[in-house]
Amino acid sequence: MSATVTTPRFKENAHEALGDARLQRALHHARNFVPRRAEAVARLPEFDALRDSARDIKNHTLAHLDLYLEAYERKVEELGGHVHFARDAAEARRIFLDLCKAHDAKRVTKGKSMIAEEIGLNAAMEAEGIEAVETDLGEYIIQLRGEAPSHIIAPAIHVTRDDVEADFRKAHRDLPAGRDLSQPEQLLAEARGILREKFLSADIGVTGANFLIAETGSSIIVTNEGNGDLTQILPKVHVVVASLEKLTPTLNDAAQLLRVLARSATGQEMSVYTTLSTGPRRPDDPDGPEEYHVILLDNGRSGMLGGQFEDMLRCIRCGACMNHCPVFQAVGGHAYGWVYPGPMGAVLTPSLLGVAEGGQLPNASTFCGRCEQVCPMRIPLPSMMRHWREREFERHLSPAAVRYGLGFWAFFAVRPMLYRLATELAMRALSLAGRRKGRFSWLPFAGGWTKYRDLAAPQGSTFQAQWRAKSGAVK
Amino acid sequence: MTAREEILASVRRSLHVSGDEAPRRAAVAARLAQAPIGIVPARGQGDAASRIATFKAEAARTAATISEVWSADDVPIEIARWLREGNMPATLRMGADPRLAAMPWAATTIEVSHGPSDGYDLNAVSAAFAAVAETGTLALLSGVENPTTLNFLPENHIAVVFADDVVGDFESVFTRLRAAYGVGALPRSLNFVTGPSRSADIEQSLMFGAHGPRRLHIVMVGTD
Repeated sequence: MSATVTTPRFKENAHEALGDARLQRALHHARNFVPRRAEAVARLPEFDALRDSARDIKNHTLAHLDLYLEAYERKVEELGGHVHFARDAAEARRIFLDLCKAHDAKRVTKGKSMIAEEIGLNAAMEAEGIEAVETDLGEYIIQLRGEAPSHIIAPAIHVTRDDVEADFRKAHRDLPAGRDLSQPEQLLAEARGILREKFLSADIGVTGANFLIAETGSSIIVTNEGNGDLTQILPKVHVVVASLEKLTPTLNDAAQLLRVLARSATGQEMSVYTTLSTGPRRPDDPDGPEEYHVILLDNGRSGMLGGQFEDMLRCIRCGACMNHCPVFQAVGGHAYGWVYPGPMGAVLTPSLLGVAEGGQLPNASTFCGRCEQVCPMRIPLPSMMRHWREREFERHLSPAAVRYGLGFWAFFAVRPMLYRLATELAMRALSLAGRRKGRFSWLPFAGGWTKYRDLAAPQGSTFQAQWRAKSGAVK
Repeated sequence: MTAREEILASVRRSLHVSGDEAPRRAAVAARLAQAPIGIVPARGQGDAASRIATFKAEAARTAATISEVWSADDVPIEIARWLREGNMPATLRMGADPRLAAMPWAATTIEVSHGPSDGYDLNAVSAAFAAVAETGTLALLSGVENPTTLNFLPENHIAVVFADDVVGDFESVFTRLRAAYGVGALPRSLNFVTGPSRSADIEQSLMFGAHGPRRLHIVMVGTD
């Protein structure tokens, strides 16, 4: 659905987002994630030790990924399931559409999956005349709106309750026009009723996977609504779409990762439903799918191993980095222009799409470092964004103003005497000019800053001058 | 080359390995065979009484409700009471679990039916394989004893937990599963359920009964 890429327009997208009052109102709700996570972390004294453990497990898995992939595949096939490797998005779509054809599928229910977004699965189905039904409430809402998710775990965070009511009235025309939809609970009940029929009549169910377990050949999904479970147990065929780095050696390893996942994501101790699916239904089972397929997507990830961006493959998609990001909170997820927003998206997007397409995103950071502070997998997001900025600069992809500005600064930076002189003069001048108010509401060349907030006026000498004075005093 | 061969070759190229290195193979085989246990939170640990107390407290935080009965014979009456007090009809769907089958359902007015759910059942009961104190989580297994559809389709889900099955942590559930099903083997579905279904997808306001059960009631059997 969201195969369209507008990442090169990040600056324009961000500008529009900042001016969108409705979006700004909706984004306010995203701030609830921060205190909830903090509370869950405070309740678990072992949380930081678990982060180390989770990081080590993923590092070990990535270093042995070829062998774990083979072990996992063997286990799935032993149980009568099927593993399909897909080099890229087009190949993954083709494998899936072939499965649809083989089962004459007309209706496909879907659990929430970022990989399905990455490969544009809904659009591919629609082009073949197959009805794709998103069943996560947030995903269902944005599907009705023809939009992409704006957050990896709260896809409709940019939508207000009023918007949802209007969308439901437009889409559910068979229901009485005068019905009361003023409460969120009424909207939920309506979606539940409509989607229940879809669940019961679907030919194929597609889910993602939070983890793939080599020990048992299981796929794990973590949800709160139960839609992922109805998606995978009711239709005859369950298809899992997942990327290579979801591999996890054992169930005990998964327990470590699960302990940091929900707490980092929503602040829950555990999400409501953590489901391990292992192969198709067994001979005596009264329910469950008759066929079980896993589409394993590479799409550039194998090339990230062993390189500067390998750490990104530890990501478990909790969304904590974007929940704590001042840039994401200001502009929302759509501004990032592709599937993955926020700090994790700023690192992953150029890795998957290339620096020419995604190179703008690593600039969407103040380097405040909160994303790294809260990342359960201890991914050094700011330094990886810095690597991308360097590559963008080296390839002459940065805008001219940035290049000249950096060149201008570099001229002084490599001449310390001159730098000191220039900054001391500037500080003195600014201090004099801002003496009256102690701040500037306008400055030449700084309109982008002063348009939204004042710039504090310097109090006199530079940091270096003060440092020299201080250390002199100590000696 | 097939996609599979090409992807594995690409992984190996990036990792600068051939895939035949004995130490790497040994490290993977050892981890899969031994399944080392990592950090286990102290919260769920302790003797049976403290595990049960922690389980009850944590389950209550997830908005599940809990009642306790002395013996399995008291379960039907307790479920009848819960249904009555919640103004729910006295119907109940269940699988073929022998522990449930042995309970005196005829002593109540509950209309019991058996088998998986077709999507139109209001109430269902399952017997849990285990319960995890650490987070107030139930572990439910698929099969003819407790069909998976009963965990998700009905409006109200009741889970019967035997006090002896309350363990401290997830790793203990996996240890019990290895003992019951063999190393590296699992039933088709293992559902860890922590509270009733919910969604916060509309303006982050918390609502229960998104697609799964609106209410989750736990009946604990055999506690003092």
